[in-house]
Amino acid sequence: MSLHAVLRGNAQILFERIEIFFDGIFGGADNPLRHLGALGLFFLWILVATGLYLYTVLDTSIEGVYSSIGYLSQEQWYLGGVLRSLHRYASDAFVLAMMLHLVREWAYGHYYGFRLYSWVTGVPLIWLAYISGIGGYWIVWDRLAQFSAIATTELLDWLPFFNEPTARNFLAPDSINDRLFTVLVFIHIGIPLMLILGLWAHVNRISRVDYLPSRNLMAGTLASFLVLAAIAPAMSDAPANLAVAANEVKLDWFILFIHPLTDITSPAAVWALIFGATILLFALPFLPHPRPQAIAVVDAANCNGCSRCHADCPYEAITMAIHPDKPGHKIAIVDPDLCASCGICAGSCPSSTPFRSQEKLVTGIDMPQQPVDVIRQDLETQLAQLGGSTRLVVFGCDKGADVRGLAGTDTAAISLLCTGMLPPSFIEYALRSGADGIVISGCHDNGCDFRLGMQWMRERLAHQREPHLRPSVPQDRLQVIHASRGESRQLATAIEEFRKRLASQMVASTKPPAFSRRKV
Amino acid sequence: MVKPAAILGQAILYGAFAAFIGYFATSPTYHQIPDDVALIKLSMSHLGGRECRKRTAEELAALPPNMRAPLDCPRGRSDIKLQMDLDGKPAFETVMHPTGLSGDGISTVYKRFEVKAGTYKIAVRMNDNLVNPGFNHVKEEQVTLKPAQVLVIDFNPDKGGLFFQ
Repeated sequence: MSLHAVLRGNAQILFERIEIFFDGIFGGADNPLRHLGALGLFFLWILVATGLYLYTVLDTSIEGVYSSIGYLSQEQWYLGGVLRSLHRYASDAFVLAMMLHLVREWAYGHYYGFRLYSWVTGVPLIWLAYISGIGGYWIVWDRLAQFSAIATTELLDWLPFFNEPTARNFLAPDSINDRLFTVLVFIHIGIPLMLILGLWAHVNRISRVDYLPSRNLMAGTLASFLVLAAIAPAMSDAPANLAVAANEVKLDWFILFIHPLTDITSPAAVWALIFGATILLFALPFLPHPRPQAIAVVDAANCNGCSRCHADCPYEAITMAIHPDKPGHKIAIVDPDLCASCGICAGSCPSSTPFRSQEKLVTGIDMPQQPVDVIRQDLETQLAQLGGSTRLVVFGCDKGADVRGLAGTDTAAISLLCTGMLPPSFIEYALRSGADGIVISGCHDNGCDFRLGMQWMRERLAHQREPHLRPSVPQDRLQVIHASRGESRQLATAIEEFRKRLASQMVASTKPPAFSRRKV
Repeated sequence: MVKPAAILGQAILYGAFAAFIGYFATSPTYHQIPDDVALIKLSMSHLGGRECRKRTAEELAALPPNMRAPLDCPRGRSDIKLQMDLDGKPAFETVMHPTGLSGDGISTVYKRFEVKAGTYKIAVRMNDNLVNPGFNHVKEEQVTLKPAQVLVIDFNPDKGGLFFQ
């Protein structure tokens, strides 16, 4: 195992543990670590909204920029001052969310294969965010702005791009003029617009994008910013004076850390780090990785064009086209570049029901590496071997806690590509074929490796999404357990508790009537 | 129903988030240079000289009327030699090359020196046409620098050549 794989694996375990801890406090839907992308977008909207107000009151003359922004904090603290503070703190939080999002996606291995496009389009956004953030500090034109402007231009001048050193623009008090700030404001508006455009491209291949986090999460983070704005409102430093070095500055370490880094190393080292990190991020998806799994395959004869797979695919890999053999019908078409091989489409297909009498179960859309026919055969084989008073069938997820080791004399265990791959009719089928209870083990709320697998499963079980579990199936014989990779022990414990509950409360009438697709 | 423990946990974590953002948004304070240090910024942007030859009357007559420039100047510019001494000791010396693919652009330099606040005798010499020996621009002055003061040494023909600001 390579060093990179070890690092990534450990980082994933760390993230999983923290996320599980946060789940206990926030719940999956409000867990900030499970919604870092959406959280970042929310912070960006705060920046846009507050920035619009700041722009309207900004005077772009040399003295005007400082006094007009200062006016907000001093005289109009109740509105402009609060909005200015929100603008600053949301920008720091945006950078924090962006970097955590990057590290988390890397840790979970979400950067190669079908996710290559999202990863690659995300990398330039980091540049845009930092360019926008650093430039934003200059507009205030206080001592911090002076320090950052000089430090940035000195860093830029190391690159062989400019005929004349850009730092000469900040050489002496008479070096700058009013037009500088007009240009800076346009850059500070233009770059975020490019960032928003880049974000659109970044999420372009994902369906049902979380453009905003949950209301609780928005309220919690916004309240945090407002408290900060009240306790430590964003204030300007003393006015810039190019005749005196801006020596002691209250640095924003989220955005301006690059300046001290340049001072303790060198411009060459910093550029090597910046370009090296950028190249590494672009190159990461092309490093050796496990071979991609087989993609979903459509069987024209069994596809009735219902579009459920199209609706459920988390990556917009399925489109509907005119069926070649059935007039008036559609057929699902799988885009190989977008398919995540999650099998959620197979779980959504109405033809995936195991109650069909054919010896070989062929469904409308299926996974070659784990066809529903094989799942049915596996289930029937294991059910036939089960003994004991309380027989359980455990359906698990390859990305979550491993369920294979749970198989025993009274437990059948089948691990799926994703829990969302399980057609709900398999639950009824297992119960009517001899199982006393069904356990579905999957990723934590909003922690599905394929984004929507557990959500669709939950909605199907609650009769809110097609194909739904039939109402006649007793819910008390069904247990959904959230268990990630490192939670096999917790899963086993939860299963045993469920078994005990079933054994103590077992009522024959709640079990659906026996069924066998084979004539006895 | 949210448990009280979860509410307390959320309050603590949102508070930690706010504290983390709030602290690193302005702290710790950064000192780029020690308190008793001043800066000297030696920077200039100047076109090097070039050797022009006066065309003879015959040469001018041979040219089309609209191209009869009296001087024949090469496109390229001379390198510029620059020296700076602090209290009589060499502190910096460079030869600035003209920019541009044809060497016809400006020659530039930007150097920042950190020096202890105090009085210095600064001498700057520049030769902007290396065909000629020696230095055709010289500026020598005693300056007293306060802590954090920025002294700019620049060149501007309109300000008399080399100047301290």
